[in-house]
Amino acid sequence: MKTESKLEKILEKGKFAVTGECGPPKGANAEVIKRKAKIIKDYVDAVNVTDNQTSIVRLSSIASCAILKQEGLEPIMQMVTRDRNRIAIQSDIFGAYALGIRNILCLTGDHQTFGNHPQSKNVFDMDSIHLIQTVKMMRDEGKILSGDEIDGELKMFIGAASNPFADPFEFRVVRLAKKVKAGCDFIQTQCIYDLNKFEEFMKMVRDRGLDKKVHILAGVTPLKSVGMAKYMKEKVAGIDIPDELIDRMKGVPKEKRADEGIKICVETIKRLKEIEGVAGVHIMAIEWEEKVPRIVEEAGLLPRPSL
Amino acid sequence: MVVAEQKDFEEIKNMVFPHKKILVVGCGTCVTICFAGGEKEVGILSALLRIAAKKEKHELKIVEATIERQCDKEFVEELKDKLDGIEAILSLGCGAGVQTIAETFTNIPIYPGVNTKFVGRVEEQGVWSERCTGCGDCLLDKTGGICPIARCAKSLLNGPCGGSKNGKCEINPDIDCAWQLIYDRLKELGQLDKLEEIIPIKDWSTSRDGGPRKIVREDLKL
Repeated sequence: MKTESKLEKILEKGKFAVTGECGPPKGANAEVIKRKAKIIKDYVDAVNVTDNQTSIVRLSSIASCAILKQEGLEPIMQMVTRDRNRIAIQSDIFGAYALGIRNILCLTGDHQTFGNHPQSKNVFDMDSIHLIQTVKMMRDEGKILSGDEIDGELKMFIGAASNPFADPFEFRVVRLAKKVKAGCDFIQTQCIYDLNKFEEFMKMVRDRGLDKKVHILAGVTPLKSVGMAKYMKEKVAGIDIPDELIDRMKGVPKEKRADEGIKICVETIKRLKEIEGVAGVHIMAIEWEEKVPRIVEEAGLLPRPSL
Repeated sequence: MVVAEQKDFEEIKNMVFPHKKILVVGCGTCVTICFAGGEKEVGILSALLRIAAKKEKHELKIVEATIERQCDKEFVEELKDKLDGIEAILSLGCGAGVQTIAETFTNIPIYPGVNTKFVGRVEEQGVWSERCTGCGDCLLDKTGGICPIARCAKSLLNGPCGGSKNGKCEINPDIDCAWQLIYDRLKELGQLDKLEEIIPIKDWSTSRDGGPRKIVREDLKL
């Protein structure tokens, strides 16, 4: 084991991992985190906390992760390079580790034009691949980027994202390979709706032997409505939803569409489980955490392993 | 070239109207080529200011001048004999031009008439786009002659990010994804293997982040 991460233990044992996601509130209300924690606690192995996703100011990822930790969950701290330079990034990683956070997801982050402060200055001192290299250097060499030695150890389990559906399609696997080369231990993918395309992507992943070098958790997001599906397809960068799925949602009465969205999600997970090289699933139930227990249960992923 | 765009007329008017006699100075180099602050624009802007002054019954005398290069003190000094009674100077040069005038004539207020936007090129008649941020350590050899610092919204060194769709950037469908362009170009050159390598974290100390920059060439000094 490289770290004390519970997620690492599960993945290294070859168990099919389940991670969830917790979006922090737009304020300092810790109760929101605690409430979400209670709902998903026994249904996921670890929980991602987003870092001001879509550039909207929220309770910080580090603080939210610390709260989740207190509540007995295993947090995965998302960190973006949009808002911090290498000084702040490394300092915050020290802080996170000191607070007991053992997993980090290294991201570049959404551009600030999407958020509520489009007038802000962005940083992008480094990109996500450099962030992976930085955390790996801290962990494996005990050094920060300047070469200075770290006081104490910093054993973070390092994750990164992969979007199989962005362009150019044939380059997506190359970028994943670069992340693996940089030193990431696990990957969480963008939400998958187009399973055929994802299978094609996974074949390229296996052809390069990447599934043997990194744990790949396939991302899913249950659709609440036809409106949400259309919005995600058209407005959210890097998400593709096949028309058949939208038609399927449209095909049921309005009051049953949320239920249909969950059924689609469960079916997707069942198919993902069968794909060679998929080590787990990452359920991003956006502001719909209360549905996670049902999805996990219906997908046959209970009970979660206790360590 | 340096690409600039004339400021909003109201903003310019508010800057110069407290004065009774001003000098409007154009520059014969970049801002002439991008139609923001050459001799022609000096003439048009001065005429508009005169009309506005007349309408508002405001006394305003305007002297017009366009010099070869506002970023060169030698040319700026040519303005000396036009300064009689001048209360303020409105420069249509880029930021470097405005500041060269300010450094040359320290006792006269100077106002910028244009917003200096970027170092770029003409894409087509009437369209300019950014190509260089002057990061001080050119990496175009690694990226097929297309700059990700200037042209990727996140200045990614190992793109494209997950927001690249149909060759366009996630922030605006009118913006090309720089990394798609890099990918296409390297593919054409048979150099896609270059993209397998991680471009290391950048040393930004050569850019503006290292503080205001200066080049001293001893071999050229007199």
